[in-house]
Amino acid sequence: MTRLSVWPVRTALIYLGVGFLIGALMLFEKGARIDPALLSMLPMHIEFVMIGWTLQLAMGVAFWILPRFSRGAAHGNQTLGWMAYGLLNIGVLSVGIGLWLNVPPIVPLIGRLAELLAAISFMLHAWPRIKAPGA
Amino acid sequence: MPPLTRYFIKTALIYFVAALLIGVLLLARSALDLPPEIGALTPVYFHLLMVGWVTQLIFGMLFWMLPKYSKEKPRGNERLVVAAYILINVGLILRVIGEPIVSSKPEWGLGWLLMLSAALQLIGGWSFLVNAWSRVKER
Repeated sequence: MTRLSVWPVRTALIYLGVGFLIGALMLFEKGARIDPALLSMLPMHIEFVMIGWTLQLAMGVAFWILPRFSRGAAHGNQTLGWMAYGLLNIGVLSVGIGLWLNVPPIVPLIGRLAELLAAISFMLHAWPRIKAPGA
Repeated sequence: MPPLTRYFIKTALIYFVAALLIGVLLLARSALDLPPEIGALTPVYFHLLMVGWVTQLIFGMLFWMLPKYSKEKPRGNERLVVAAYILINVGLILRVIGEPIVSSKPEWGLGWLLMLSAALQLIGGWSFLVNAWSRVKER
């Protein structure tokens, strides 16, 4: 595994742990009815699990297993990969925590834009690696 | 493919079909004028898809494909992963049973089903995480 895979996969595992914790707190509240405010964490739960865990894991694994280049940098343009990783996590935190804390809507919007830029960076990194053997 | 991976993936496939059956039921509710209580299955539908299908499929694949922990214990502490498999599935089934009942018949006092489900799934998820973490490493 390259460092560019280790960081996203470990970060995805952290989001898995936090996402499960938030989900468990909300489910516990549905049974115990202690503090309905716990249910306001739903948008953060969805953001952490869907994008922080699932999508980020897919990106991390793709960095690892997509075909390498026989000449030049084996894993292609690493800068684009790191940009995708950084922007995605800025986005997940801004959207998830922003929606939970009810901050001005511009914050989650900027977060979502960061996620879009992450997707573009990831696409530019991965595109040339999707190739026939030996190409 | 190790046995635990097969259990994870085959169980995930069952949840995939079950989730989409509930998805059909949810949309059939308005189309066929079914009882409104069926709407209480919406969170169950999403969690059968995201926990039962997607996450469990990923767990099975990661357990199989992540770099080896060591020569003696290539897949790390397998007991943690067995615990994850059991806890997540028991927890999810408790949710499937408990959530519609608790939301439509709160007077029955079955909220403890959801509390227990929450605890089991949380411990299960973290058990898998702890084992996977040690296998995510640079070569």
